[in-house]
Amino acid sequence: MEAPVPKQPLRIALLGNPNCGKTALFNLLTGSRQKVANYAGVTVERKEGVFRTTAGRQVSVLDLPGAYSLNALSGDEAVTRDVITGHSQEVLPDLLVCVVDATNLRLHLRLVLEARRLGLPLVVALNKMDRARQLGIHIDTSRLARELNLYVTETVSVHTHGADTLRELLDKNLPSTGPSTWRESGIEQVIATQHDVLRIFQSVVTEPAIDKDPSDRMDRFLMHPVWGFAVLAVVLFLTFMAVFSGGAVLSDIIEEGFGAVAALVEAHMDEGLLRGLLVEGIIGGVGGVIVFLPQILILFLFILALESSGYLPRAAFLLDRPMSAAGLSGRSFIPLLSSFACAIPGIMATRTISHWRDRLTTILIAPLMACSARIPVYTLLVAALFPDDAVSAALVMVGLYILGIVAAMTVAWVIKSTDKDHARSPLMMELPAYQWPDVRSLVIGLWERAMIFLRRVGTIILAITIVMWALYTIPSPRRTADGAPVERSLAGELGHALHHVFAPIGFNEQISFALVPGMAAREVVVSALGTAYAMQGDEGEVDEQLRERITNEWPLATKLSLLLWMVFAPQCLSTFAVVKRETGSWKQMWIMGGYLFALAYLASFITYQLTTVLTAS
Amino acid sequence: MEQENMGAIGLDRLPEDQWATVSDVTVPTDATDRGLVLRLLELGFVPGERVRVVREGRTVREPLAVRVGHTTFALRRHEAAFIRVIPAE
Repeated sequence: MEAPVPKQPLRIALLGNPNCGKTALFNLLTGSRQKVANYAGVTVERKEGVFRTTAGRQVSVLDLPGAYSLNALSGDEAVTRDVITGHSQEVLPDLLVCVVDATNLRLHLRLVLEARRLGLPLVVALNKMDRARQLGIHIDTSRLARELNLYVTETVSVHTHGADTLRELLDKNLPSTGPSTWRESGIEQVIATQHDVLRIFQSVVTEPAIDKDPSDRMDRFLMHPVWGFAVLAVVLFLTFMAVFSGGAVLSDIIEEGFGAVAALVEAHMDEGLLRGLLVEGIIGGVGGVIVFLPQILILFLFILALESSGYLPRAAFLLDRPMSAAGLSGRSFIPLLSSFACAIPGIMATRTISHWRDRLTTILIAPLMACSARIPVYTLLVAALFPDDAVSAALVMVGLYILGIVAAMTVAWVIKSTDKDHARSPLMMELPAYQWPDVRSLVIGLWERAMIFLRRVGTIILAITIVMWALYTIPSPRRTADGAPVERSLAGELGHALHHVFAPIGFNEQISFALVPGMAAREVVVSALGTAYAMQGDEGEVDEQLRERITNEWPLATKLSLLLWMVFAPQCLSTFAVVKRETGSWKQMWIMGGYLFALAYLASFITYQLTTVLTAS
Repeated sequence: MEQENMGAIGLDRLPEDQWATVSDVTVPTDATDRGLVLRLLELGFVPGERVRVVREGRTVREPLAVRVGHTTFALRRHEAAFIRVIPAE
């Protein structure tokens, strides 16, 4: 069987059920040498990486989306089926590695039997072997290999050397399993296959009685109608506490760093246009956005850890009933939770929702979750509303979050009520066994999120900051009247024009202008306001001056109106772009933008007019 | 598959925390439901398997957390209803 090491790289694909530890194994094999993109024409994540076998042969590995079966029910499963049956633009892999969870062979073995019919060379990676031993599950690996007539290797994806056996195995010349006999199976065939699975399972696995499973006791507690919700409330409270307090500490450090860089530039450059662009435009603008990175990453750390531990699916179970009152299912919970960090990953996470209407509804309401980019504007305005009352400020802050959630549920309910074809939405969701999160996968997951964010800062946000700075700096040809340079700039002109639209909801020219860059990226609203008021100094100082002016100069009605605007308004071009990409429809994108704009304008209008009347009397 | 099983009930009617054995699966005519039933079979809800409702939502008993083998699945009542079970004594 042993062959000399071939020169060309081997192309393999990892196939497996969701929760089989496939991605952890992929991360272990490839480390940081991986590329994340999309499959051609669909919005399913395509992860590819490279590694070497023990003998040094290069391997390129594709981490296929998790699939229970090749009878695809979701978009993810359809991609997996198409790639390995040769119905996609992907090159057919030289070899399939079917990853199965050793602690749950009964469920995962079926996919091996189905994949065997594909005719591709196939090996089985018996993953989570450490966990299986802990649970007292004994698997006769050589017997399993004989029964399947396939190579079977044991892997532990959470140990540094846990994939060495697989690297070694890939140096062998692996035979194909004959011509493809795979076709979508009917009910009779599925039952026949399950009989085979059961026979093989019983002949190779010895395990303790399942009545003693510790997972069940945890489940009874964590999904308890009372205790379960209490635990969930505590978990969410701690998560958001960490985001706010931990995030604030780290943000201050970043802020000081950018302040120091700005001071350095100011000390070493002569005053002039270029220095203005660098200090106020680029360093101020980009710095003002990067300060959210800690908050986003802390929230994602909690989400990734809770998800891989198996807790989040239980939370989704608990919330299924309350959410179905609004026409959603528990499956929408994780995407909506992610949207508190940023709507973009939240909208991307809706891919796991197989039911189209549920998915679309979740996409449309995701922007109503108070994303981290809204925190600075909320903070500024709330502080200006309650300068000496931290408790009221905190309560209003919480209120703004709740308002977003209530609005989202109401919109979801309206969508449900207008949908005539009210089919029962499916749930059918695995609640995987509890486990400790794999640190390597957490780090890689956070790294990916950070890179997505930083790429955005380096492109869209950098561009906006420069354009914004230019608009404020270039004098308008028409307005030659006296006044601050800002008022005479192109920006001043624009603010003046927009003011007509926004005057009924109480926005002055400065706010009207700040909303323009805010459309592109909400994060820059505060620094845009600072620029509009021609404020000088580093970020902390600008914040201070702004708070003072807002407290003293804006009427109460304007403050409240802008707060509500920030809760509802469609903002951030990237969200529009991702809605277009995920729904594949311009129409849905405009529906989202349109309804959010209408909601924001209406809410702000009512608030402004009502407050004006009330405060006047 | 459609044979009569004495004492079989829909999994949606199995009391919480009681073991039962899958007796058969209702095969629907509707294409979407067929896909669903196929998947339930693939997930291990096959005749002879032992199942138990670990938890159910309060008031309307929705959704159900059902254990089969080493796995727990969250199912809707209408999904669970396709699975016929015989409760253990």
